[in-house]
Amino acid sequence: MLQIDCPWCGSRDQDEFQCGGEAHIVRPATPEDLSDAQWADYLFNRANTKGAHAEQWCHSGGCRRWFNIVRDTVSYKISSVYQAGASPPQEKP
Amino acid sequence: MSGARRSPTGGLIDRSRSITFRFNGKEYSGHPGDTLASALLAQGVRLFGRSFKYHRPRGVVGAGAEEPNALVQLGEGAYSTPNLRATQIELYQGLTARTINGWPSLSFDIGSINNWLARLLPAGFYYKTFMWPRSAWMRYERHIRRAAGLGIAPTAPDPDRYDKMHRHCDVLVVGGGPAGLMAALAAARAGARVILADEQPRFGGSLLHTDARIGGESALDWVDATLSELKANSNVTLLPRSTVTGYYDHNFLVINERRIHHLGPGQADPRISRERLWRVRASQVVLATGAIERPLVFGSNDAPGVMLCSAVSTYIRRYGVVPGQRGAVFTNNDSGYQAAVDMAWAGMEVNAVIDLRPSPAGQAVETVEALGIPVHAGHVVCGTRSNAQGLNRIELARLTDNGSDILSYKGLLDCQVLAISGGWSPTVHLHSQSGAKAVFDEELACFVPGNSVQAERSAGSSAGTFDLAGCLSAGAGAGVAAARASGWSGDNLDIPMAIGGQCGSIQACWEVPSTELDSTGLKKFLDFQNDTTVADIKLAAREGYRSIEHVKRYTALGFGTDQGKLGNINGMAILAKALGQTLNDTGTTTFRPNYTPVTFGAISGRAIGEDKFDPIRKSAIHSWHARQGAEFENVGQWKRPWYYPRDGEDMPTAVNRECTATRQGVGVLDASTLGKIDIKGPDAAEFLNRLYTNRWDKLQPGRCRYGFMLGEDGMIMDDGVTTCLGPDHYLMTTTTGGAAAVMGWMERWLQTEWPKLKVFLTSVTDHWSVMSVAGPRSRQLLEDVGCDFDLAAGAFPFMAVREGSVAGIAARVSRISFSGELAFEVSVDANFGLALWEAVMEAGHRFDITPYGTEAMHVLRAEKGYVIVGQDTDGSVTPLDLGMQWIVSESKDFIGKRSLSRSDTARDNRKQLVGLRTSDPQQVLPEGAQLVNAPSESRPVPMIGHVSSSYFSANLGRSIALALVKGGASRMGGTVYAQLMDGAIVPAVITSAVFLDPENERQRQEAV
Repeated sequence: MLQIDCPWCGSRDQDEFQCGGEAHIVRPATPEDLSDAQWADYLFNRANTKGAHAEQWCHSGGCRRWFNIVRDTVSYKISSVYQAGASPPQEKP
Repeated sequence: MSGARRSPTGGLIDRSRSITFRFNGKEYSGHPGDTLASALLAQGVRLFGRSFKYHRPRGVVGAGAEEPNALVQLGEGAYSTPNLRATQIELYQGLTARTINGWPSLSFDIGSINNWLARLLPAGFYYKTFMWPRSAWMRYERHIRRAAGLGIAPTAPDPDRYDKMHRHCDVLVVGGGPAGLMAALAAARAGARVILADEQPRFGGSLLHTDARIGGESALDWVDATLSELKANSNVTLLPRSTVTGYYDHNFLVINERRIHHLGPGQADPRISRERLWRVRASQVVLATGAIERPLVFGSNDAPGVMLCSAVSTYIRRYGVVPGQRGAVFTNNDSGYQAAVDMAWAGMEVNAVIDLRPSPAGQAVETVEALGIPVHAGHVVCGTRSNAQGLNRIELARLTDNGSDILSYKGLLDCQVLAISGGWSPTVHLHSQSGAKAVFDEELACFVPGNSVQAERSAGSSAGTFDLAGCLSAGAGAGVAAARASGWSGDNLDIPMAIGGQCGSIQACWEVPSTELDSTGLKKFLDFQNDTTVADIKLAAREGYRSIEHVKRYTALGFGTDQGKLGNINGMAILAKALGQTLNDTGTTTFRPNYTPVTFGAISGRAIGEDKFDPIRKSAIHSWHARQGAEFENVGQWKRPWYYPRDGEDMPTAVNRECTATRQGVGVLDASTLGKIDIKGPDAAEFLNRLYTNRWDKLQPGRCRYGFMLGEDGMIMDDGVTTCLGPDHYLMTTTTGGAAAVMGWMERWLQTEWPKLKVFLTSVTDHWSVMSVAGPRSRQLLEDVGCDFDLAAGAFPFMAVREGSVAGIAARVSRISFSGELAFEVSVDANFGLALWEAVMEAGHRFDITPYGTEAMHVLRAEKGYVIVGQDTDGSVTPLDLGMQWIVSESKDFIGKRSLSRSDTARDNRKQLVGLRTSDPQQVLPEGAQLVNAPSESRPVPMIGHVSSSYFSANLGRSIALALVKGGASRMGGTVYAQLMDGAIVPAVITSAVFLDPENERQRQEAV
């Protein structure tokens, strides 16, 4: 069970959270202008990253705030936690 | 007879007290401190079960969790537990146990004929034979499983209680042997919060059966002194009888603590739970889990009486059991010699130490030779002979100089106990579960922990350090390092001097050579519980299996309750050799939780039974429904009245009555459970526009509207009526089951995609009690109850909302209808819900007011063709599929809109909502029935849809059904066929989904 550092409440067990999948997928401003393929890309296609993965989580059993984390999909280590809407932290060189 | 007996002195048993118990119906006795296995061994019991496949007689091999043979069904009735290892069951007065395998009796086992049919039962036999014809497997399986035994789950409810504990600690030390005790001591002295867990009732591990000395005192005295210090430290939690069963992400570990098993059923203080599941988040973990001795693999190595060297030493020194009259040792390493010393110490005749190494030397050899025990170097045991009591002779052979073949056979040696040691396998289970990978060490001939992935370190024999001095020092080092890593600054400990417990060299041997073919000669067993032999592994390799995971599943290697603790490494090595690989290439199978089996009771804890498994939600009017004898239905977590039977009515009669009464007079429904979300803010209307398929920006205060919410994929997610209460203020209703999900959905969009929208959401589901008053008499009834506003159609139109007082209670009344009748939905503060309901019921006497439940509600709405999201939709249905184009706005974007024009969503032969009328009006189709175009079509018959709702409609005097049918909207009047489970084929005509009042006159107009 992951231990997730909610930016509002602090470290809590994964039990209290809900994962919302890949972060930073922006809803197209004018969906009607997109081709079927472009819309399907927004709707269905996800990166399926091996390694550092930015993803959305919600502290649904706590403050109910959505935020983002970067989690390694192999080791499950969480390298950063940041607020929804913020840019992912740059990887250290 | 084997000559097994209780030694006159010694062991950690209380000889002043006797315990009687029953095994396979016979009475035995033992002492406190015994395990079931040690007590039985002391009384000459050698036969503990029969093997899974060949039904060969089997005895105790080990003394702990690795035991594959001595599995028992413990206890009776509700307390009965299957598949427990006799080696780990602490004896208690009145214990009853029986072997789980061996029918009709242990000594005469019908299945042992499989032993003679062995050549017909190779690896994968069941797969190869019984899978054809495929349909018959279910029939064969029942018989195969019964013949295979393996325990019976109790059917009565568990009489005991189970608890969960949640803990954080700095250092969790797993295993209380020499390394673990030192680690706990070091970490505790540094100031760390320490948990020390050990699966045994006593701490000490291997020190409980050793003659070694530590710091000038006996090992046991050292253990006691160390424990005293740990007990006195309030930062230390000692958990005996506690197995760390799982190592999960982020240093989350689960400990299964058994608190009262050793007292026997019903003997403990009833306030004490039977087991506790500790859920521990540890900053650092020290794995001092020890090592498990490996058997040597030779012909008929499964005879009762062949035991691990460490087990022989344990039974002698810890339990005071002399396991037989004459013993011998067969080993490939120095540690096996200790068993010879211990057997001689216990007064047994030790006939030989057979060492397959060509020239063993050193202190261990000298000690044994000084006792006058002959050492046969470069020799092996190549077979065993048994009588009815198990092992009685072993067959010796000399190896060639390079050890790869048998040079010559050397005859038979009398022996009832053969202690075997093929070396040690570090217990890397938890290390592997943590995500790390064990690596094979050629010199030590075992898998040792690899690089740590989580904050854990292994110490002692679990890390391949097999000598006592090394274990003490490694444990201390790991304890200090773990304490420092968790923020404490501890000093290094002085390491007490150890005398004894040395370990010497090892010469790896995975299979003792034999000159005969494996399949015709004596079987060489790897996995005793599953009867997996060397020949099975080699056969799998010949048949093309390459992955150890596949070979495991094909041969059942490591599949038993011991999960391969004993035999897996030997099997993997034999596969590696057969494939021409190194052991690191072949690797191990995945180590998964749990280390040993955990009861379901411990996992579920107190969250059992109807009232504790999941919360139950009841409306404010629930007590009234219960008093009326309503039958309840679960809707999400809610209990909703299903129907209200009167005077012995059955369900159809009650539902018909409720439906008729609502259409002809007045009915009332408790609608309090619908989700309610209060929406406020300057952007509330814009937000609703984006959520719902229809427009909301023109909705005036005091009016309400029905809406569909779609997922971004265009599929219907939820529906409900939302009311405009005032400028920038709305009240949304959702389905009963969907309330929480819709709330979460709205929050997510507001927070992640549209944070600039100024909207505030509050869940108010429980704040309001809602009763729906429906039927032609509903207006009259409410007038009787007393309303302070005009209910007339002109003043209070359909889809309008009024606030005022009903029966003297502040209320909000909506003219909405899910029944198709003139209806008023009255909402009041939940605290007044019951008062309002009772007032309405009182006033309704003269109309024969009828409360109706969810079943009548379903029938009434189906008569009108109103869908229920989740019943008539299933996540693959769009509003267009329901023929509800009118609710989809062309003039704005909303979630899911773009998906409605995707090629698959826009095609015209999608499954569409239709009505079905069976030709026999009395026949009600089962919901879920599959529909086909024509039953005579060639197989496989294409499925064109299914029945989603189906009822008998008393108002229409016939059955009605809603269905989703491919291209259904353009097939009105066509016939489809439902194939029922009993083979019957029922034709039905496709009609409109609206069966009653298609013009909506009843719900909009003045009642007649």
